[in-house]
Formats: sequence, structure tokens, C-alpha cells
Amino acid sequence: MIKKAFLGLSTPQIKYEMLPVHLPETEKVPTPKNITLFHQKNDTDGIPSTLGIGDPVKTGEKLSLYPDQRYYVISPVTGKIASLSPYTGDFGKNYIAITITPDGNEIIDDTFGKQIQSPTLELVSNYLAGAPGNPPLSLLADSNSSIKTIVIRGLDPDPMVATSQYIAQSRLKDLKKGIQILKDVTHVEDIVLISAGESIQGYGHIGARVKSVKAIYPAALPHMVMKDVLGQVVPAGKTSEDLGACFFTAEAVISIGNAFETGQIPTTKTLTLIQKDGTPHIVETPIGTPIGDILEAFGETVNEYDRIVLGGPMTGSTIYALGHPVQPDTDSIIVVDRDKAAYVSDYPCINCGECVRICPAKIQVHMLVRFLEASQYEEAADLYDLYSCIECGLCSYVCVSKIPIFQYIRLAKYELERAKTPEAADA
Amino acid sequence: MLEKRDVLEQQTSLGQKKLIVSHAPFYHSGRRVTERSYHIMLAALPALLLGLYHYGMPAFGVVCLSISTAIIWELIFNLLTRRTITVGDGNAALLGLVFAMLVPATLPWWAVISGTFITIVIGKHIFGGIGSNAFHPVALAIAMMMVSWGDLFDFDAALLNYDLEFATMYPLAAAKYFGAESVDTFSLTGLLMGKQLGGIGSTFGLGLLIGGIYLMLRAYIRWEISLTFLAGIYLAAFLFNLIDPVRFAPPAFHLLTGYTLIGAFFLATEDSSSPVNFVPMLIYGAAGGIMTVLIRNIGAWVDGVILAILVINLIGPLLDKIRPKALGKVE
Repeated sequence: MIKKAFLGLSTPQIKYEMLPVHLPETEKVPTPKNITLFHQKNDTDGIPSTLGIGDPVKTGEKLSLYPDQRYYVISPVTGKIASLSPYTGDFGKNYIAITITPDGNEIIDDTFGKQIQSPTLELVSNYLAGAPGNPPLSLLADSNSSIKTIVIRGLDPDPMVATSQYIAQSRLKDLKKGIQILKDVTHVEDIVLISAGESIQGYGHIGARVKSVKAIYPAALPHMVMKDVLGQVVPAGKTSEDLGACFFTAEAVISIGNAFETGQIPTTKTLTLIQKDGTPHIVETPIGTPIGDILEAFGETVNEYDRIVLGGPMTGSTIYALGHPVQPDTDSIIVVDRDKAAYVSDYPCINCGECVRICPAKIQVHMLVRFLEASQYEEAADLYDLYSCIECGLCSYVCVSKIPIFQYIRLAKYELERAKTPEAADA
Repeated sequence: MLEKRDVLEQQTSLGQKKLIVSHAPFYHSGRRVTERSYHIMLAALPALLLGLYHYGMPAFGVVCLSISTAIIWELIFNLLTRRTITVGDGNAALLGLVFAMLVPATLPWWAVISGTFITIVIGKHIFGGIGSNAFHPVALAIAMMMVSWGDLFDFDAALLNYDLEFATMYPLAAAKYFGAESVDTFSLTGLLMGKQLGGIGSTFGLGLLIGGIYLMLRAYIRWEISLTFLAGIYLAAFLFNLIDPVRFAPPAFHLLTGYTLIGAFFLATEDSSSPVNFVPMLIYGAAGGIMTVLIRNIGAWVDGVILAILVINLIGPLLDKIRPKALGKVE
């Protein structure tokens, strides 16, 4: 667990996990009894008709429930569809959960493999958008895309997570191939690989500019990378994509490289598992494996009221059921014992200013939170820089009153966004 | 209870373990309000102990009465307003302790109870409780009592019956009424070691310094405020002394007398009533120090710390408008 140092004159620093020179071995989780994939859908979409329960699927087969839309998933196993059910994710996003029961055989679907001789952006975004690492291909495939720079993360944005770092250092060949393919299909020439501290050596002729950032959180968050590496400050309320930069994880690039190397769509997800006692593991598992199965394979017992965090301790999210599957962007699973988890409180702000001094965006958090607590979101945005927030969570981390500041900020942005939509519709 | 457990067991047997879903971040630095209160009280102990040694049981009585009534006033107000009981956070106890450190050992019981009433109810809760008070509650209480019952804070009179091994004369009163020459009777080492009249816990310079340095190093208080407050006092007193060394006491004397040190470390730095940005903290502290010397040297009051702190508390929010530009701010 990360604690504040005894002496407190300097602001607390959370260091990124740095892997040793001799990388640890990955540990493989066997194919589970059931695989669940989340297929995105729009609110208006009805019951899917293209697939039904009992339909056979092949490994690497593209499953598209609504053929007129760009959403699809790739089956990581060969077997039969056991169920299709609606699922609502964070912020009300709608999915269809497709559960597949593997039948023990492995028949490879070669639709993609036949086309790899002539890589195009269309081919890549038609087959690899759901590959491990979740490459944000829809940003590039858009015809008015203004992306000029692709930033590859060789360092995970969250502390304790080492997935991207591991992959970037252990699979150089695929990384190089992936960068080449990306350059060929997108015609984006400026590719930047982000690494931490001294690990900059060893990348040689990778085909990208290699840049290092400080190994201290939140240096690898997109806004900080934009500012420190690319020298562009993202204006409040804009994203790095608006400035023409798009972020890929190292794993996403490697998935693309590997797909064109082998002719198969990769479906094995690499992730960092951190057990309750803090033991880290680098795990390889098929996409869709229930989290509970992975924990079982490592002998981790989960008790009532524990928390299972996906995506890192500072910006991740918790799941409410052990059946929740590994998704293409699940970079880490952290099991937090109920006695060690941080609880929030309804205690008022005492104005100690810890949040103001740690905020990398220099927001007056102590004032902002007063408006947010009173649900005055518009005022918060106008007077106290709500939209400058880069969502690092450090304010909540240091808050002596344990106010869920980060949650208030996300809620405020969400509510303002929601209020904007009907206004736009009226206009 | 039984029903709840049954339900849980059923769910467990179905393989549905209840997990807690919460928002990021999932770790915390581990610092809490309660911890802050207790550490500030701990830092106050050296100065307090010497005060108890000098003034004996009456001082002990005042400290105990002050802390306990502060807690009781807080509890009563919590119950009356039907809000969460907040005595557990240690803030009421801390305010009671600081109040006791500022008053003379002979303060009558009714004055102690009135003082903690002003501190907790008027100084803190009327404004909305912890974090909402515009002024340091104790500074407000002492100021109101100095205006209402000025005689109680005449340290020379209040401590008349004590037979101590040092000059029983309140240094600041001596400097004000008899000029700079009269302060020659006080050696700086003596002042540092607490050989002077004053509040129960506000005379032991070394003890307060040790406590203050501890609090600054561990970031329970902000060093910017304390150090600029002391610098402000030194600079202003130095200038006065330069202009008229007969009338005005030397700067080092001002640093070690009256409420200077307790003000710098325990009053000016109170979270709610002080600014949080770097430049405002510097101005805030320095303004407090300069104001103190102005009141002491050319004002009507013997010690200016309390009033100076109320003044800087007042300008604090305004100073905090001097803030860095937020990342990517669009004008």
C-alpha cells in the first residue's frame, strides 16, 4: 500500500512500478468453462437477430450482432453460444453479454488471415478493434480524422500496474511490426513511444521516437504526456485527440503486429494481477475469462465486502461480481482486502490545502469541491476550472477528510454532459 | 440480524459474494483530521508542561476545565443542531487546549467556561463547524474576552501572587510603558527558556519552537505561514528599533515575548482560516507579523498577535484569489 512519508515537507510522490531487468515469466490461466464477451450496442438497438443460442463459433471469428454498425467482438475460443443477455456498464453504456462455452476443439477462422497480404486501415479496424489492448481504431478510421501523432504507452498510466511496460520490453519484434503496420495503414508518420526513466535503452530501431517520462504518477496520464513530451497543453475541456494525438497501449500495437505476423487475431490478454498480500503476477488469459476463475487459479480467496479493482488503484473501477470477464482493456486486477480499502466519509472540507498543492492541473480543489458538494456544477466549471481536471485522483488520495473529490468531479462532468444533450436537441 | 446473515449465507452458497463497489482511487495516504488534531496537541505539550511547572495546580485546573468544557460545548451543539457528533475528531479538544495555553493561570472558572463557549459555539459552529470558520475560534474568543474583561488579561495583575525565580513582569507591558531600556532585564536565553510572565503555554519559547518545527516538518501546519509570520515580526520590529532604539524594543525581544511563537505555530496556521496557495500564504504570514508589531509599538494594545491574526484571517480568502493558472485554462 502507498502511504505518505513520515516527513511531509515535500508533496507525497507515488512511484510507478518498475520491472526488473530480467523480466518475470508470465503465468498462464487455462481456458475457462465459459467465456463472456461484451458486445457494445446503442440504446435504440433491439434484440439481435444474427446470432442465436446454440450457434457454433470458431476461434478468431468476428461476431457482429448488428451488421449495420461498427461494433463487433472476436471469439477467443471454438464452441457454442450459451447465452445472450443485456448488460449495463459504467455510465449507462449498453452491451449484450455473449457467453460462449468452449467445446475443447480449436478451429481457427481464417477470414482475416486470407487478407493480411494487403494491410489497409479498413481491414485493421474491421478486425482488430477488439484485440488485446483495445486499439482506438475508430479514431483513426474516421474519414475526417486529424490525428497527426500516435503515442504508444510503454508505461501504464496507473501506479502498481506493469502490463504495458512488460509487453513493451518483452515483445519488441511484434512492437516493431505493429508500428510499421500502423504507419503503413494510417500514414501517420509521427509515432512516439513513451517509456519511464532509464528503461529508454534497448528500443533501438523500433521505428518510433522513444521518449521517457518521470517514473512518478501521474506523468503517464495523457494530459501530462501531452504537456511534458509533446509540449502541447490540452485546453480545458478538450482531449488530446482534439490536438491530433491518439494514445495506444503497447499491447494494442503488439496485437496489430502479431495479427499480421501470424495471420490470426490475437485473443490472449496480458494483465497484472495483484493479490491481497501485494504479490504481483503477470498473467496471460483469454479475453472473456471470468475474473473469479483467474483468482481461483492463483488460490486467492475473496471474502464478502472485498473490492476487486480493474484498471489500477488511482483511476480504475470496481466490479460487483466475480463473473465479470476480462475485457480487451483490462490491464490489471487488484484485489483489495476490505480492511485495507479506502473508505470515503461525509466529513466537511477543513481547508488544509493538501489537494491544491498536489494537483498537477493547479486547480483550486478546495473551492471546487464546495461547489460540487452543493451540485452547483455550472459554477464549478465557470469559476473553479472543473474542465482543467486531468482525472488523476490525487486529490482524493491525500484528502484528510476523505471526501470523494474525484467521484464528485466525474459526476459533475457527466451531469453537465447530460444536461448539454437535451439543450442541443432543442436548438 | 439473523435474517441478514441467512440472506448472506444463501448468496454465498450461490457463489454470489457481495463485493463493495466504489469509486477510484482505492488507496489513501492515510492522513486524517483526527490525526492532525492529536499531533498538534502533542506538539503543544512541551510548552504546556513548563507552564504547568511554573504555575502549578491552578494552571492545571484551567487546562483541564478548558479542554473538557470545549468538548462538552461541542457535544451540546452537535446534539442541539442534530448533526453528526464530531467530538471524536479531536478538534474541540485542540481548541480547548490552545485556549488554555493563551490565558493566565488564575483565570476564574466562569471565564474559562465562557471562553470555550465563545471558541466552540460562536467561533466555530455558528460559522458552520470545522472547515467553515472564517476566524481562528480561539483568537476570536480571546479577542472578545480582552475587550469585555480586559483586567483578566493583565498578566502582571493576574499573576501578582506568584513567587517565581524570574522577573515577575509581563515583558511586553514593560516594553510598552517603560521603553526599550526596561527590557534589558530580560535575557534572550531566559525568554527562550520560559522565564517570563504570560499565558500558561505561551511563554516557553524553546518548547514552542520544538513543537512548531515538528509540525512544519510533518506538514501538519504550513511552514510558509509560520516562517513569514516570524520574519514579518522581525523585520517590522527591526525597522522600529532602527528608527528609535529608546522607545522600541529590539526585534529578537519581540520574537520571544507575548503570543508571538504560539501565534506563529498554533494560531495563524489554523486550516480553515488561512489561505492555501503559496504566494498568498507568504503575504498572509508576513502581514500578520507586521500587523502584530504595529499594534504592539504604536497601537493601544500591549500584545497585537490576537488582533493581527483576526485581521489576516479576514483578508485570507481575498489573498487566496492570487492563484496559479489552471492547466489548459481557456480565458
